[in-house]
Amino acid sequence: MRYLPKSPAERDDMLASIGAQSIDDLFSRIPERFRLAEALKLPGPLSEAEIIEYFKQRARENSVAYTSFLGAGVYNHLRSVVTDAIIQRGEFLTSYTPYQAEISQGTLQAIFEFQTLVCQLTGQEVANASMWDGSTATTEAVLMAERITRRRRVLVARSLHPEYREVLRTYAKNSGLDVEEIGFDARGTLDEKALGSAIREDVAAVVVQSPNFFGAIENVPALRETAHSLGVLLVVAITEGVSLGVLRPPAEADIVALEGQSFGLAPTYGGPFVGVIATQEKFVRQMPGRLAGQASDSQGRRGFVLTLAAREQHIRREKATSNICTNQALCALAATVHLNLLGKEGLREMAEQNLSKAQFALHELLKIPGIRQAFEGPFFNEFTIRLTRSVDAVNKQLLGEKIVGPLALDPLYPELPHHALVCVTETTTRADIERFALALRGALRRAQEQG
Amino acid sequence: MEYPKSYRYTKDDEWIEPKGELGTIGLTYEAQCRLGDIVFLELPEVGRTLEAGKPLGVVESVKAVFEIFSPVSGEVVEINSTLKDAPEKVNSDPHGAGWLVKVRLKNPAEIDGLMDAAAYEAYAATPSRESSH
Amino acid sequence: MSERITKASRHVSQNEGLIFEKSSPGKRAFDLPPLDVPAADPAKVLGANHRGEGVAGFPEVSEIEVLRHFTRLSTWNYAIDLGMYPLGSCTMKYNPRVNEFVARLEGIATEHPLQPQSLSQGCLKILRLLEECLLEITGMDSITLQPAAGAQGELTGLLLIRAYLGAQGNPRKKVLVPDSAHGTNPATAVIAGYEVQNIQSDPDGQVDVRKLGELVTPDVAALMITNPSTLGIFEQRISDIAAILHAKGAMLYMDGANMNALAGVARPGDFGVDVMHLNLHKTFSTPHGGGGPGAGPVAMKKILEPFRPIPVLVEKEGGELALELDRPHSIGRVKAFSGNFGVLVRALAYILAYGPGIRQVTEDAVLNANYIRKHLEGVFALPYSLPSMHEVVFSDALQKQNGVNTMDIAKRLIDYGFHPYTTAFPLIVPGALMIEPTESESKEECDLFIEAMLTIAQEAVSTPDLVKHAPHSTRIGRLDEVAAARKPVLRWKPDRTE
Repeated sequence: MRYLPKSPAERDDMLASIGAQSIDDLFSRIPERFRLAEALKLPGPLSEAEIIEYFKQRARENSVAYTSFLGAGVYNHLRSVVTDAIIQRGEFLTSYTPYQAEISQGTLQAIFEFQTLVCQLTGQEVANASMWDGSTATTEAVLMAERITRRRRVLVARSLHPEYREVLRTYAKNSGLDVEEIGFDARGTLDEKALGSAIREDVAAVVVQSPNFFGAIENVPALRETAHSLGVLLVVAITEGVSLGVLRPPAEADIVALEGQSFGLAPTYGGPFVGVIATQEKFVRQMPGRLAGQASDSQGRRGFVLTLAAREQHIRREKATSNICTNQALCALAATVHLNLLGKEGLREMAEQNLSKAQFALHELLKIPGIRQAFEGPFFNEFTIRLTRSVDAVNKQLLGEKIVGPLALDPLYPELPHHALVCVTETTTRADIERFALALRGALRRAQEQG
Repeated sequence: MEYPKSYRYTKDDEWIEPKGELGTIGLTYEAQCRLGDIVFLELPEVGRTLEAGKPLGVVESVKAVFEIFSPVSGEVVEINSTLKDAPEKVNSDPHGAGWLVKVRLKNPAEIDGLMDAAAYEAYAATPSRESSH
Repeated sequence: MSERITKASRHVSQNEGLIFEKSSPGKRAFDLPPLDVPAADPAKVLGANHRGEGVAGFPEVSEIEVLRHFTRLSTWNYAIDLGMYPLGSCTMKYNPRVNEFVARLEGIATEHPLQPQSLSQGCLKILRLLEECLLEITGMDSITLQPAAGAQGELTGLLLIRAYLGAQGNPRKKVLVPDSAHGTNPATAVIAGYEVQNIQSDPDGQVDVRKLGELVTPDVAALMITNPSTLGIFEQRISDIAAILHAKGAMLYMDGANMNALAGVARPGDFGVDVMHLNLHKTFSTPHGGGGPGAGPVAMKKILEPFRPIPVLVEKEGGELALELDRPHSIGRVKAFSGNFGVLVRALAYILAYGPGIRQVTEDAVLNANYIRKHLEGVFALPYSLPSMHEVVFSDALQKQNGVNTMDIAKRLIDYGFHPYTTAFPLIVPGALMIEPTESESKEECDLFIEAMLTIAQEAVSTPDLVKHAPHSTRIGRLDEVAAARKPVLRWKPDRTE
């Protein structure tokens, strides 16, 4: 088998030198009744060409040649081939966690740069070396707030991504956290009146997303005022990192939970992505996950090392701040390379293109009878529209034209029937947008005629 | 190691130096040996109420993090703020400059239940101990 | 340094600074296609939310500088592609390149998790085939591919146990964890809402079955076991262990980190395990990438099936596959979307390459470990001498006599072109050297490793300082971790001088 570097003669030699008659001798400690007598029933063995063919067939059964207007936490952005040229290098791809600093400086310096970039993007003072994704990063940020404040109540915006809220609930159930949802107002942002009624000195954190699930931008400075007056921490989740190229960063937040998928990671049916937590320096010892810190050797040469590791599970055992072991190093590296390629101007330009295309798309859609903008107020590259028909029915028709339409919101928000979340990025061409508008117009008219 | 005779000691390697209604608390030489180089200490705020046997803070070395348990019940009146920038004092002078907090004793009789220097010296030398360290 | 060793690891010394130190305004590495719609005025559209300038301090460099920067950085790393990582319980095996290729295919890498399921049948078929393969390998009844990593798989497993026991009326209070367990085990148990009780190993390093009998009370929800243990030794009394737990209504959780010793040879489902996680980045070859991503599927017996996290893969009438969310007994969602799909693709590609021949992987892994053990026994102390499977644990007891410890030996191994083995774990072996070669190492590599270790053992006696101050051949020496932890510098800042 091509991955196994042994010839039959070599196996025999090694067995002889151990003093074993056959390989079965080496498994004799396993009780006989558990030792398999037959080979497992698995497909294969396949040659390299056959493996590729298998996956190419599966690829053909997916969404070939469709134009998509989906966002909702996973975004289609331009990626450079240079990123793969780097992360495919064996020294990055096949290296281990950098516990042995002397022979992992490549990984460690890249992590240090990643941490720096995230701080610059979010306006926070420190960032970790990544978490699994935005949803778990948001959950970990909440647990962090609980540890810092020693309070058990959490107020979560209903406009936070529904799947992020579900993940938080799964973890909260088992840590005795009391999670309460605060609804949104007519602008699609956190209902500040409702927040005012619910918030007291027993609340650990207020959690919002900005831009939120509907695309609306939350008033982070105002929320901070409200929170801090009662010693409550403000957690801001960001699912669309490119927005930071043109939007004020949430510097007033106490903890930021960022999903970095937009920075050079393909959608890949949902993962692997890369979450990060960024926060104030005073909270650094409560922050979960790995951290790369600057250090010197005995000759005074600068290097980097995993630090504050005592907080991690493998040392604290029962007293760990979380049970995260792996981070998403290769994904974080891809994001780091991507952000370096974009650079200051590239990121700004990309963000501005998103902004322009989304404005254009809204403008075009509002020309269609039966379509309204659901929430007033500024947005980045996602906005919510309201149709007069079921979004599902309309989307079915759009599929026929090879368009994956906007996300129907009513399964997630029953209070928003006929609402849809439209996402447009720099990868969406003008022709795509115009074709979409035309198809939507047609679909609505047909639905109207059918009554 | 000569353990100060006026101090009293716990099974979790803390010491307390009683002075009237006050007491100074710290970690023993044995504790810092086991921990290695100390990098950070989490100490309680002034005014906080401590309970005997309950955690008062956390000590972190490069390889481990452990809770520090209070030998007595009382109220924190002073903390050693120099440790913020120089946690290594707990390694270099654990019984002196590396003190952690000063408390006002709620129940001075609790001191009598703790080990004296000789008892602690013997305890520290035993290979298998109950300590959480 | 001995002349006989032919492998040396000389790191290319580049004075490569941080990317921010190369930055200069006006340099660009990336161009976008021109805007094809009217340009919106960000200040007008966003008002007070407008960032104004670009991100302050963000690098401005050219494409070649980015490429060179990271290429140089990469040359400072050790990697499987360069040589062996004998890291115990990490299973650092070859990361097949075809796995990378298929994960990047158009139609695989491009799929949005929220797109219509009718347009995702290819993805769902991949998930289903992987599920079937992993069930066949583990001998379990049901599985979830959602957890993002081994630690999250452990948590999911414990939450399943908690949900099941809760549905029976009492989730119970405690989880038993062997003192030889990986650190994630007790940390996970705490996060799952359980108290941890350590159970000491017996003199052979195995779970003390008699003590287990005493400790399993109606308060105990589960025992978390690794099999083979972290010493690399098969828990021969595993079915007795399972019986004791089951008799008291408790469950047996298995940490599947050591599946590389079992795949194709024995199945955890057959020897009494109720629920287990797998590490796809260990046994199933997905790349470590410097520390992740991984994936931690959880396989379970039928009784735990109703509690699986959402979404759950189902087959509808007519054969169409779907991801179902409506699961009233589910423990909930553990991660957004549907697992680390890209990692799952790679694991399936690996399994397809071997098919039923996957047993050969396990045999070669166990052969390599025993070969290395045979040639190092006597030179290094072997605290637990029961037969090893895919990994062997020595101690530094003999070398300590000259003041040389496991950390020193590990660092000296770097000078011989190897990554260190796992030091200081498991905790029950003071001064441990935990060695797992995996099946990916040829006899030649194993011989070089053995030779290096034997040479270092000699050095520990004749020139201990050489070992104690190793490594000597790397770009930088041992870093002052204490200073780094006392005054952490965790990011670059523009006004900092070097």
